[in-house]
Amino acid sequence: MRDAVTLAKSGTAQGIGAFRLAMIRLVAVLTLLTGTTYVIWRWGWSLNLDFWWISVPLVVAETYALLDGALFAITVWRIKVRGPAPPPAPDATVDVFITTYNEPIDVVESTARAAKAIRWTHQTWILDDGDRPEMKAVADQLGVGYLTRSSDWQGKSRHAKAGNLNNALFQTTGEFLLILDADQIPDPEILERMLGWFEDEDVAIVQSPQWFTNVEESDPLGSQAPLFYGPVQQGKDGWNAAFFCGSNAVLRREALMQLGIVGYVRETERTVRHALVVSRQVLGRAQRSVGRDGDPVVRAALAGLRGSAADALARIDAGEPVQSVSWDFQQAVDATSRSMVSADLAAIRADLAEMGELSTLDETGEDPTDEEAVRRLADPQWSPLAAVERVSTLIRTVDVDRSQEALPVMPVSSLSVTEDMETCMLLHSQGWKSVYHHEILARGLAPEDLGTMLKQRLRWAQGTMQVLLKRNPLTLRGLQLGQRFSYFATMWSYLTGFAALAFLSAPILYLTMGVTPVKAWGSTFLAFFVPYFVLNQLLFALVGYGTKTWRGQQYTLALFPIWIRAMTTAAANVWFGRPLDFSVTEKRRVASARFPVRLIWPQLAFMAAMVLAVLAGVLHLVVPEADQFALGEPPTLWGVGINVVWVLYSLVVLSVIVKAALYRPSTSVPANSEKEQ
Amino acid sequence: MEFVETTSDKGVVIAPQGKFNLVNAPTVKARIDELVSGGASRIVIDLSGVSFIDSSGLGALIGSLKSARQARGDVRIASPGEQVRAVLRLTNLDRILAPYETVEDASRGW
Repeated sequence: MRDAVTLAKSGTAQGIGAFRLAMIRLVAVLTLLTGTTYVIWRWGWSLNLDFWWISVPLVVAETYALLDGALFAITVWRIKVRGPAPPPAPDATVDVFITTYNEPIDVVESTARAAKAIRWTHQTWILDDGDRPEMKAVADQLGVGYLTRSSDWQGKSRHAKAGNLNNALFQTTGEFLLILDADQIPDPEILERMLGWFEDEDVAIVQSPQWFTNVEESDPLGSQAPLFYGPVQQGKDGWNAAFFCGSNAVLRREALMQLGIVGYVRETERTVRHALVVSRQVLGRAQRSVGRDGDPVVRAALAGLRGSAADALARIDAGEPVQSVSWDFQQAVDATSRSMVSADLAAIRADLAEMGELSTLDETGEDPTDEEAVRRLADPQWSPLAAVERVSTLIRTVDVDRSQEALPVMPVSSLSVTEDMETCMLLHSQGWKSVYHHEILARGLAPEDLGTMLKQRLRWAQGTMQVLLKRNPLTLRGLQLGQRFSYFATMWSYLTGFAALAFLSAPILYLTMGVTPVKAWGSTFLAFFVPYFVLNQLLFALVGYGTKTWRGQQYTLALFPIWIRAMTTAAANVWFGRPLDFSVTEKRRVASARFPVRLIWPQLAFMAAMVLAVLAGVLHLVVPEADQFALGEPPTLWGVGINVVWVLYSLVVLSVIVKAALYRPSTSVPANSEKEQ
Repeated sequence: MEFVETTSDKGVVIAPQGKFNLVNAPTVKARIDELVSGGASRIVIDLSGVSFIDSSGLGALIGSLKSARQARGDVRIASPGEQVRAVLRLTNLDRILAPYETVEDASRGW
C-alpha cells in the first residue's frame, strides 16, 4: 500500500520520459496496424458462414475490441504527467463539502475532523442528506458547518447527490469547493497542493486520485483503479478531458454557477415554450366544446386567450425575453378568468364541481417538464372555465421561476446517476479546462463485499450510459475532438459485456460440437492473431508500467453480466422511462457467510461449461467415434489446441470473481484507523 | 453590501452598489425575499451602480425572480453597465431576463 502511495507521489516529480512516450506511441501504432490487418482478414477471408449465428457475433466482437483498442491508444497518445501546481493565490477562499446520506456517524466524523485540520483558510461543511440530529450534534461539537435541504425542497425531486451539492452551493460563498465523500479522509496539505492549478482562470476542476485504505495488497474486489487514476486520467488530461470523479476534487464556483445559469436558460425557454403550446391546445379544445351556439362572452374570452397564447409563442420565437412574454400572458389569463367569472355564474357552479373531481397539476405528481405528462393534461375536453384554470396553473408551474424544481438554477447536473461525469462534460462543452493532479491527497473506504461492489460498478456503468444516451459526446456542441473521443471511449468500453458473450461462447461451441466460426484454425490464424495479441498486451504493459493493471483487466471481462445489465437498464430508463433500481453504495460490508451464487451465476455457468468443453475437446481427439456428435467438421489438433489455450486464459481471468465471492475482510476495524503517516 | 432602496406606488427599487458577486449577492437576495414575504413583490433592481457581476450574482437575480413570481409579482432589471450586459449575453440569460433601459421602463404598467 505504502509503495503505491510513494509511487503516486514520485509521479508528480517527473514528467513522462520522452523515450517511454515514444515507445507507447510506436507500439500503439503497431497494435492498430496488426489489429486492423487481423480484423480485415477475419471479415474478408476467414468467416465461416455455415455457422453465421456465432461467426458473425464473434467477428463483430473482435471489431468492437479493435475500436476499443484504438480509443485506448488515442487516450494514452498524449499522456500528460504534471509536476507540482504553481503557488495558489493566498486569498483564495474555499468551502469543503463532505457529502453524506446514511454513512455511519463516526466515519463522517473522522472525515470532518481531518477536513477541519486542512492547512488553508476554509470553512468545512457536512452536507447531511439523511438529516440526522446526531450528525448535527457531531458537527456542532467539532465546530464545522452543517447543511440539510432548505424548505425549497419540500415535495420536489431531490436529485440525489447533485441536489445535495446544489443545495449547499446556494448557502455558502467560497470561491472554490473541495468535494469529499463521507469516508474520504483528506491530508492537511490537500488544498495547498491542488489550488494552484486554478491560477489558470479557465480551469474549472482539479481531480486527485481516489485511494482506499481498507483494501488488501491482492485487492480481490478490484477496488483500486491504478490504471484509471494514472495513465488513463493523465491521457485524458492531455486532451483537456480529465474526468471529475465526484470526490477528492476541487471545483471553481464561478464555473459551476455559469453552467447552472446556461442550463436554466435552456430549460426555461424549452419548458415555457412547451407550456404555451399545450395551453393553446387546451383552449382550442375548450372552444370546440363550447361550439358555435355557446355563450358569446365565453367564446370571445376563449378565442382571445388562445390568440394571446399564439402571440406569446410568436414573441418567444422572435427572440423577445421570456420573462416579459410570460408576464403578459399571465396577465391575459387572469383577465380572462375574471371576465368569465362575471359572465356566467351558473356555468361556474358546474365547472367548480368538475374541477373538484380533478386534481390540480401539482397534486397529480406529474413532472410538468415531462412533455408526455403535460400532453396528457391536454387530452380531456375541459369545460371553458376549467380550461382557463388549467392553463393558469400550467403557466404558473412552468414559468421562468422553474417552480417545478426546488432550485431554479442547478449548477451540478442531474440527468444521470453519475452527476460527476455529466457535469464535467458540460463544463468542458462550455470551454472550461480540467486538471488531473496525480498525487494521493485523500484516503477512503472501498466496499468490502462482492454484492456492494457489484452494485457500485452497476451504478457507474448505468450513469455513464445514461449520459451517453442523453447527451452524446460525439454530437454535444462545444466539445473539442479529443474530448469527444475521451468521453466516448469510456462509454464505449462498457459495451464490452456483449462482446464477452461471443468471446466466451465461441470456444465452448467449437470444443463440444465442432462449430467453428473461423474457416481454418491453424498457422494462418496464428500468423494474423499472435502479433496483434502480443503487441496489445505489450501496449498495456508499457502504459501501466509500475502499476498493477491485471486486476482491472480481469474485472473488465469478469463483470460482463453487470455491464450487460447496465446497458439494458439504462436504455430502458432513457427511452422508456423505467427506473434504474438505483441504490446508494453501502461502504460497510453486509455480513454474510454464504457463497453468493445468486450474484455471479452467469460467470459460474460459463466457467463450468468451459471446463466441460475442454474435456469434450480432448475426447474428440482421443476417441474418433465422438466426431459423430459434431455439427461441423471434426475438431482438429490445431483447433483444439488453440481453443483450449483460449479457454484456459478465460478461466484464469474469470477466476477473480470466485476469489471475490470467497473474500472476507480480515478485520472488522474501520480501515481508516490504519492511516499512513 | 451597500444598496439603496426606494419604495413608491410602482413597487420597490433596489440599487446595489459596486460588486454584485458571490460575496455580496446573498445580502440583496435576502432583502428581496424579505420584501416579498412582506407583500412587496414588484421589484426593480437598478444595476447602474454595479461595476461587476459574476454568475453567483446572476443566480441571485434568478432566485429573486423566483420569490417574486411565486407571490404573483415580478423582478425586473434596469440600466446595467457594459460588464453586466456582457455577462448577460455570454450566459444567454438575456433570453429570459432582458434588462430595461431605465427604472421607469421596467416598472411601466405597474
